[in-house]
Amino acid sequence: MADVPKPKELVKIRHSPPFLTGWMNTPTEIKQGIACYAGKPKNLEYVGLPNPREWSPFDADWKLPPNWKKIILDGLRERLEKFRSLKIFMDICVRCGACADKCHFFIGGGDPKNMPVLRAELLRSVYRKEYTTAGKIMGAFAGARELTEDVLKEWWSYFFQCTECRRCSVFCPYGIDTAEITIIGRELLNLIGLNTDWISAPVANCYRTGNHLGIQPHAYKDMIDFFLDDIEDITGIRLEPSFNRKGAEILFITPSGDVFADPGTYTCMGYLMLFHYLESMGLDITWSTYASEGGNFGYFTSHEMAKRLNAKMYAEAKRLGVRWILGGECGHMWRVVNQYMDTFNGPADFLEEPVSPITGTKFENAKSTKMVHIIEFTADLIKNNKLKLDPSRNDNLKITFHDSCNPARGMGLLDEPRYVIQNTCKYFYEMPENTIREQTFCCGSGAGLNAGEDMELRMRGGMPRANAVKYVHEKYDVNMLATICAIDRAVLPDLMKYWVPEVDVTGVHELVANALILEGEKKRTTDLRGEPLPGMEDMDEEEGAEQTEGAEA
Amino acid sequence: MPTVEFEGNTFNVDEDGFIDDFNNWNKSWVQYVKGTEGIEELTDEHWKVINVLQDYYQKNGIAPMVRILSKVTGYKLKYIYELFPSGPGKGACKMAGLPKPTGCV
Repeated sequence: MADVPKPKELVKIRHSPPFLTGWMNTPTEIKQGIACYAGKPKNLEYVGLPNPREWSPFDADWKLPPNWKKIILDGLRERLEKFRSLKIFMDICVRCGACADKCHFFIGGGDPKNMPVLRAELLRSVYRKEYTTAGKIMGAFAGARELTEDVLKEWWSYFFQCTECRRCSVFCPYGIDTAEITIIGRELLNLIGLNTDWISAPVANCYRTGNHLGIQPHAYKDMIDFFLDDIEDITGIRLEPSFNRKGAEILFITPSGDVFADPGTYTCMGYLMLFHYLESMGLDITWSTYASEGGNFGYFTSHEMAKRLNAKMYAEAKRLGVRWILGGECGHMWRVVNQYMDTFNGPADFLEEPVSPITGTKFENAKSTKMVHIIEFTADLIKNNKLKLDPSRNDNLKITFHDSCNPARGMGLLDEPRYVIQNTCKYFYEMPENTIREQTFCCGSGAGLNAGEDMELRMRGGMPRANAVKYVHEKYDVNMLATICAIDRAVLPDLMKYWVPEVDVTGVHELVANALILEGEKKRTTDLRGEPLPGMEDMDEEEGAEQTEGAEA
Repeated sequence: MPTVEFEGNTFNVDEDGFIDDFNNWNKSWVQYVKGTEGIEELTDEHWKVINVLQDYYQKNGIAPMVRILSKVTGYKLKYIYELFPSGPGKGACKMAGLPKPTGCV
């Protein structure tokens, strides 16, 4: 694994293009620290992906099938016919450059091929050559070029340097969704077995066990039981959540990172405590050890794989006979749910339009998918005055909120998380306006780029986000970055450690549960992490719950 | 797949030096990783962590979350880092022959 340059070195970024060679003639270098490892054959075989073999992007020979070019070009033709959006995006770009400086990878890295316009051009140039008259006749003068092995390697390199965050598309006057171009690019590459280990391993795990980590049912329950022990230590109350319970009204699905990796585990404790609180008010909810993953790394492989992995959500809802589905704090899960699930695996006509059993609020926006984001659910509870909260328990935190790309740009969840934070915490500060809400800067590690071997890429891509956090840290003494996405919770601790080490990371439901006053609880002395509550710092540490810190290494 | 030769054993390893299969683990592997990790001497405390990891893995097919490892061994995360400088995942799990966790972690 490559060493990551120190921040001082990394900020020496050159944004000037290679004038002498031009982009088409600038060869692509597959770099350690930027590129991910290749998918392992056993994981490709498990889900029937093509061309399983041992290969490495750092070798010259990528062990392609002999007819790779035909496979790719046929695949592109098929997709141009199938997806009108792709055809339009290929044709309408006027290369105005509005998107050029909006990508976090370009800002933090300076590589011109990470300008969204040029990333798309990598594919568009081949499209012109094969499918447009001008390109066929005029070649490079019309921005067209032949698909060669070098071009293919360039595709692989840059389609796996995009987090599909869609910040660029916010600024595109035509609304070109460069994420969709990356999605198609990756899909084509997967036709000949070009993928990454960090994506194909979770895909195989998810297909086998229902979640990316490969957690089997007994282990899933064991992990939740561990949280129940900690919650009992902190509150004196033993919760009794149910699993795979037929006839429950609501099925709860959350990313598996929440049951495994810190600090997501504290968010998970937050869900458990909220559900317990609402039980006596009429909440009838079950967890599932089968639909045990909200996220969908299939979406970073192909539409088809996304559909296959997504299918378990409705399948489990149907098997258990629930009325609707509540989903946890996750990012890309919500783009899949909001934009694709209904047509992938719906219509879910066996479910009902979601209605909060506590407030009676009808979630009109979830009419077709029958699936509600927990942040809306909780915001509605607070709005209707259903939660007894003591925000002073979060008084040691000065919080800022990172809008996760997909819930923000993919479904417009902008005000709900802020509303929940402001009702559970006293100190809340916004980052600069061009870095939040629709214009939020990506964590730099989404869309399956959250591996260990591409750490330089991640620190570069996350630099604009970290920079905005640094600003509020210096101005307002912010010490906690809240977010509603599991990839964020997994990757932002590394990013903060690198750029702004004074700031820690939390999910929003961890904040909710810290403030939530449970019926019959003992006097709390620690927060969910086992750290003393404000005003309790002088108490003997051993009286608090077991203390651990940091994130999964 | 690269291989590692050590004390007459051959191990298949991935790019980050994790062995390809838990079933191919043996004590010689621990000695090998000890060298690459820069651990001077293996103590009972190292072995306690390795044993907990392996027991959990055999039962559950996955590494325990850090908080479980910490609770079962009684070692705080900071101390686990003292024992295994690369941390519980890249150091201790590697030594115990467990695969890397993947996904939103």
